[in-house]
Amino acid sequence: MACNGTGGCDSGCYKDENDSTNGVLPSVTNSSNTNLCLKCKSSEIIAGGTGFSGGTNMKLCADCFRGNLYGKFKLAVSANGMISPSDNVLVAFSGGTSSRVALQFVHEMQVKSQKNFDASRDRSLPVFGVGVAFVDESAFHTLPSHELDKEIEEIKLIVDELSPPTKAFHVIPIESICLSNSNSAKDNLNELLNAVSDKTGKEDLMVQLRMMSLQKTALENGYTKLVLGSCTSRLACHVIASTVKGQGYSLAADIQYVDSRWEIPVVLPIRDCTLQELNMLCKLESLKTMELHNGSRAGINGLISSFVKLLQEENPSRECTIVRTAGKLTPFHFNKIPEEADDCNLQLASQRRRKKFNLKSNELLPPESYCPLCSSPLDKNSISNLAFENGHTSYGSFVPKCCSSCQFQILPKEPLHMEQFYSLLPQPITDRAKDGSCRSQRSIREQIQDCLLSDNEDGT
Amino acid sequence: MESKATAQSSGRVRNCSICNQTKAALKRPKTLEQICRECFYQVFEDEIHRVIVDNHLFKPGERIAIGASGGKDSTVLAYVMAELNRRHNYGLDLFLLSVDEGITGYRDDSLETVKRNEIQYGLPLKVVSYKDLYGWTMDEIVKMIGLKNNCTFCGVFRRQALDRGAALLKVDKVVTGHNADDIAETVILNILRGDIARLGRCTSITTGEDGPIPRCKPFKYTYEKEIVMYAYFKKLDYFSTECIYSPNAYRGFAREFIKDLERIRPRAILDIIKSGEDFRIATSTKMPEQGTCERCGYISSQKWCKACVLLEGLNRGLPKLGIGRRGIDNERNSRKSIDNKKCGSLDF
Repeated sequence: MACNGTGGCDSGCYKDENDSTNGVLPSVTNSSNTNLCLKCKSSEIIAGGTGFSGGTNMKLCADCFRGNLYGKFKLAVSANGMISPSDNVLVAFSGGTSSRVALQFVHEMQVKSQKNFDASRDRSLPVFGVGVAFVDESAFHTLPSHELDKEIEEIKLIVDELSPPTKAFHVIPIESICLSNSNSAKDNLNELLNAVSDKTGKEDLMVQLRMMSLQKTALENGYTKLVLGSCTSRLACHVIASTVKGQGYSLAADIQYVDSRWEIPVVLPIRDCTLQELNMLCKLESLKTMELHNGSRAGINGLISSFVKLLQEENPSRECTIVRTAGKLTPFHFNKIPEEADDCNLQLASQRRRKKFNLKSNELLPPESYCPLCSSPLDKNSISNLAFENGHTSYGSFVPKCCSSCQFQILPKEPLHMEQFYSLLPQPITDRAKDGSCRSQRSIREQIQDCLLSDNEDGT
Repeated sequence: MESKATAQSSGRVRNCSICNQTKAALKRPKTLEQICRECFYQVFEDEIHRVIVDNHLFKPGERIAIGASGGKDSTVLAYVMAELNRRHNYGLDLFLLSVDEGITGYRDDSLETVKRNEIQYGLPLKVVSYKDLYGWTMDEIVKMIGLKNNCTFCGVFRRQALDRGAALLKVDKVVTGHNADDIAETVILNILRGDIARLGRCTSITTGEDGPIPRCKPFKYTYEKEIVMYAYFKKLDYFSTECIYSPNAYRGFAREFIKDLERIRPRAILDIIKSGEDFRIATSTKMPEQGTCERCGYISSQKWCKACVLLEGLNRGLPKLGIGRRGIDNERNSRKSIDNKKCGSLDF
């Protein structure tokens, strides 16, 4: 059908489009003598004319640009109660620019906190702890060991330079999520991935394994929060990806500031920064970063990256608009920091959130279940469609619990392959499927926690 | 999952995987199954029949107008509707409704196709023209406003034109040939453009139930490629040129993307539609306040319907009126009487 111009400007007028700006200054003419920062009007804008801020074309000087970026981080942290003084925060650092900036900002926040602590008389507010985790995926990439060691050395150097306060550095081999010894664990993991024939499915499974290894480390080392360097650009790709994979229901869960589905809540403090801004900051301040192995992505994920890149070139605010649109979807009950009764900051944040999304009480009910592979909340209407014949096999009860997207792109179709795949799955995944009911139990328990007199269900 | 078909030998042609009797003649775009022509016609028509039945699109005795442009979607729609109406006794009174935007070299040719369809399918045809309804043809509009924003004018005018034509025909519903690719493109487009309200509505198979004439899309789950294939094998008569005024519309980005996607994973188109249906959008954001246009009485969420706003702009030599986000109130009150071209005599 021909284009559907019902009131919207979707004819060739993208040069006219003004629907996607976030507060762009009205018609700032680029007169010849203004190369000055639009904010402070005193310093020169960043050379190269790409002093972007929030995706709009505001031209800023280096200081104002920096201030703006850090400001977004700080606002995200405080408005969502991401980091409190008693927290022990684990920052996932891949070596790339996004997580480098996240690490830098968290460090600066910690330094400031330490300064306040040292200066205060009563020392009432403790300083939150920070650790850094690097996931070693050499099991998948057959890197020669001396190169891997060199890489890890460089990362450790970066972490060491970010002190005081000193930060623990954890190198997590991704095969550690399998409980067996390291060699067979590596082989098992590779066999598991090879059993997935769809390239996109393979990549998505790797993302889940990465998260699981981070969670395991955080749990074992007493961390209370996990910080990811997910930026606007990555989230924009995720929005399109979820849509394309039929995961529209669960999309709202993945793109919020906070995700408490996990044992250790996951927070995204640089969610509002675009990759372009983050790259610029690393360049301006010479923040050391490293090339990521899995830079180019295959299959659908790769196609989406190119698509979003194309859209960005046509309109630099596009990524922000995409994430903003998805941000209007109703989040889930776990998209906030679990509340403690006496933490008024968190309560305020909660109230604001409820108002913003006009949440009614039934929307806050926990979903019936989650996909054991990708943790997506499942719409109760879709669960009834997941019929499965081989109920008597080892994986018989596992398959119907998975979402339709994972069933299609990850789970093998042939029963024999499926059997083998299931046997290779890391235990946390199979456990999730077995006690799927446990999670909803837990959230119900949270609601009545203050009235329970014993720690477990049978009253002992 | 990559297609099973690619793993098979390309040497000999297999039997149809459905009837296993005739040689397979094609690979089905939606599922990549290798099937024969007759089985393709059957699954194609059956799926549409299922969509019509499962979604309760029609009731016996209803008068239905089929939006007919002469293009492949509406031609196949007319053909299949007529066929299914006969085969399954829907008991419907079918009409062809065509809109003449006044685009020389394009619309006059496609209208000829629709006139042929009238004869070929035995369905009475009604043509409504922009000239009669609004006093302007698209050619005249483009001469005034240029090649930007012309799709906005045409789309808004066409929607009203269809409703007015439907009222003239006294039909109960309008059906259009929007296919799965169109709807998937619209979902992506609305995400890109930040239109959460439209995002919540665009996957509905029936819209406008509380308006003058409800309209539905029986091809909601039908792939564009399969529509083309059906028309090709059945040798249906249709007009296959792009509108001469369609510039690099923004929808083009979404369309390219979906074409690339379909190549890697055909089911992605249906998955996008599913996502669109499942998005958690608060019901309060779904429907805007509904009222009627002060000028012509058509359904509108604002004081004046979009068509009246645009017409005002055209008649007053203000091509940008109604384009973009600014309201028109500050413009409206200051002017004297307007030298209007003759507008349609039909009031709602």
